[in-house]
Amino acid sequence: MQASNPVLKLKSVAITVLVMLGIALLAYELPDILDKKVLSPEQHLTTVIWVGSVYSLFALGYALVFSILGVLNLSHSAVFMWGGYIGVMSVIRYDIPIYYTLPLAMLGGGIIGVLVDLIAFAPLRRRNAPRISQLISSLGASAVLVNLAQLEFGTSPERFPRTTLKELPYEATVARPYTIDWLGAEFRITPLQVSIVVIAFALMFLLQYLVARTKTGKAMRVVAFNQKVAGLLSISVGGIFRLTFFLAGALAGAAGVLYALAYPSLTPFTGDEMALKGLTVIVLGGLGSIRGAVLGGLLVAAFEVYATAIGYSWLKDALPFVALFLILLFRPQGLLGEATVKRA
Amino acid sequence: MRSKNLLFVFVLIATLALPLGAMAQDDGERPLIGAWDTCADPMSLSGEVKIGVAFAQSEAAAIYGVPQQQAVELAIAEINESGYLGEATLVAVTEDAGSTPETAISAFTNLVAEDVSAIIGPTLSNQAMAADPVAFGTERQESGDPLIPVVGVSNTRTGMETDFAASYGDGGAYFRRVSLPESKVIPGTVEQVVDILGIETVGIMYSDNDQFTASAYEVFVSALEEIGVEIVATETFATGDVDFTAQLTNIIAAEPDAIIVSALAAEIVPLLEQARSQLGYTGPIIGGNGFNTPGIASEDRGAGTDANGVVVGGAWNVARQNEISTAFTAKYEEEYGTPADQFAVQAYTGTWVVATAIRCADSADPTAVLEALASTADFETPLGTFSFDEEGLPEHEPVAQIIKDGQYLLLTEESAAEVFGE
Repeated sequence: MQASNPVLKLKSVAITVLVMLGIALLAYELPDILDKKVLSPEQHLTTVIWVGSVYSLFALGYALVFSILGVLNLSHSAVFMWGGYIGVMSVIRYDIPIYYTLPLAMLGGGIIGVLVDLIAFAPLRRRNAPRISQLISSLGASAVLVNLAQLEFGTSPERFPRTTLKELPYEATVARPYTIDWLGAEFRITPLQVSIVVIAFALMFLLQYLVARTKTGKAMRVVAFNQKVAGLLSISVGGIFRLTFFLAGALAGAAGVLYALAYPSLTPFTGDEMALKGLTVIVLGGLGSIRGAVLGGLLVAAFEVYATAIGYSWLKDALPFVALFLILLFRPQGLLGEATVKRA
Repeated sequence: MRSKNLLFVFVLIATLALPLGAMAQDDGERPLIGAWDTCADPMSLSGEVKIGVAFAQSEAAAIYGVPQQQAVELAIAEINESGYLGEATLVAVTEDAGSTPETAISAFTNLVAEDVSAIIGPTLSNQAMAADPVAFGTERQESGDPLIPVVGVSNTRTGMETDFAASYGDGGAYFRRVSLPESKVIPGTVEQVVDILGIETVGIMYSDNDQFTASAYEVFVSALEEIGVEIVATETFATGDVDFTAQLTNIIAAEPDAIIVSALAAEIVPLLEQARSQLGYTGPIIGGNGFNTPGIASEDRGAGTDANGVVVGGAWNVARQNEISTAFTAKYEEEYGTPADQFAVQAYTGTWVVATAIRCADSADPTAVLEALASTADFETPLGTFSFDEEGLPEHEPVAQIIKDGQYLLLTEESAAEVFGE
């Protein structure tokens, strides 16, 4: 019955043509790809893990808000950028020791997150506005946040001053990296990279614990399931929304500081590129799934790094989107997402 | 009676001292730069002569654009104070050209509406390719308005002159630059580096979505082929990228004697830190013109000691000064509190070249200014003796440098040994 629908027929023809084109391209390039020797694969793996952990941490905020509210918060990337600036500027302008920048940025990111909810989401929710309105409203909030950062910090790249990085244990980044020889594989890693991975995964586990094991987490899940039911159970739905935005903002703030520690080039537009990556991460992993976001982050980093590793650095930005396209075709709910079942 | 005598003596001394004082003042005010004798004092110029100035004052390229703007202001102050244009005053009409072609186009559009005699800028080559035609391109030619000469002071992409001539015919000749294109800097630099450091193989990394870095890559490749250096790895990235570890891992694994990088300043700092601090690469890194700013090696905001061992060809080096550049750099540092870089020196030179063309043409008419510009020859500048060759390309001697602890040293066997500890 379905095949007789001309739109569906056209769609399936288009998909078949695209898949065949993809296979032809792969077959054409395959001998080349197989011929390529990946130089120091263990070093590339190190990069995947530490870059991927920052992507995952960033994308978690998207996933969290989506899982509770069922709407994407597109200002998340701007909160992430502000987190980075809160960290860097508290050091540059106020000489605050670098250790305090992470909690400061998490607090700042959380507050900005709540403000975004109060200004861009709550009024629309009260009016039962469609989700697309909330999505667009969050896009507006993002533009405002980026412009405010431009006004306040200018557009030249900012960074944690190298001298302050020396305050970190073992003179992270400024010191030579450790060379680790493990089972015959040799790779280099800096203490800063290890710290970033540890902090990112610790925060992700904490969030998973909070959502899965605590009373608050249970309340969040009830709100996600059905707001009316949550109201009947005396759960403060508004409170849960604000908590969700605070947590998402705090995660964005943390990711912002880790990003600024990793890369010495923070600008008001840093969030824009991450926004696309973050969306790819959560769609790949499964919208609204915490574990999916972690897996998606690592996958996107792997696509980028291994595209370069096999000599296709010009494809590194396109490859995650090719994967996204394929996932949407064959498993629209994402790798770890659950298929939506329409209930009566 | 006594007081009358005293008054007389005082007036006498003052009268005698007056011409001496005036002479001393004249000598003191006349800058070392300028075609003071080759071109007579202008007689027809008067009032305000406007020139447009459009550099990146915002976004990524502001790292170059801010010193450029400062140097132009300093040059204009000197020109006016010394009466270089006779009765006329040189006035800068300033626009922020931003860091993208679009922002440069809008800056140029505003400037041509101001009836300027010439325009200095913009900062980046890809901005120039897009914005310069506003002053002399097809639309301007068809409108019948006078074409306006544009003088680039940091555009170093190879082939801009021929590209403009191909697209806009005679209008293309209105583009001039004082910045040596990579095609004139890179071959000389590569030859010196290969010779001094004994390099046989290299790996290359370049940003493939920027005209300037991509054209520099091509010049590097042809220069390397010419002297028989083998390229063992080539990697690309995009302007705006922040992570280069995958590309660097590939290149380092191919074990080249040196890594060549063609990138803009914003990418250079993370790239250097990742090569040195994260991946432990200690060999030479040979850079294109993007490396020519002390900000790269700044200990706090740049790559600090991770920039040690970076070799870069340039138009100018603080260690190879003439008396004009010594005077300029001292004055610049006194005025702005930071040392002048190559970009400031070139912008200062460009402003004086334009002012000299106006003086020698004795006219503010853009076409007359262009004619005088084109015949600039053997003009003593902070960059050395400057001329335009028959093809309209700038000419002066380039210089190879090596970075050590934030300083750009002249590249010699001694300075290289000092950096690499050999």
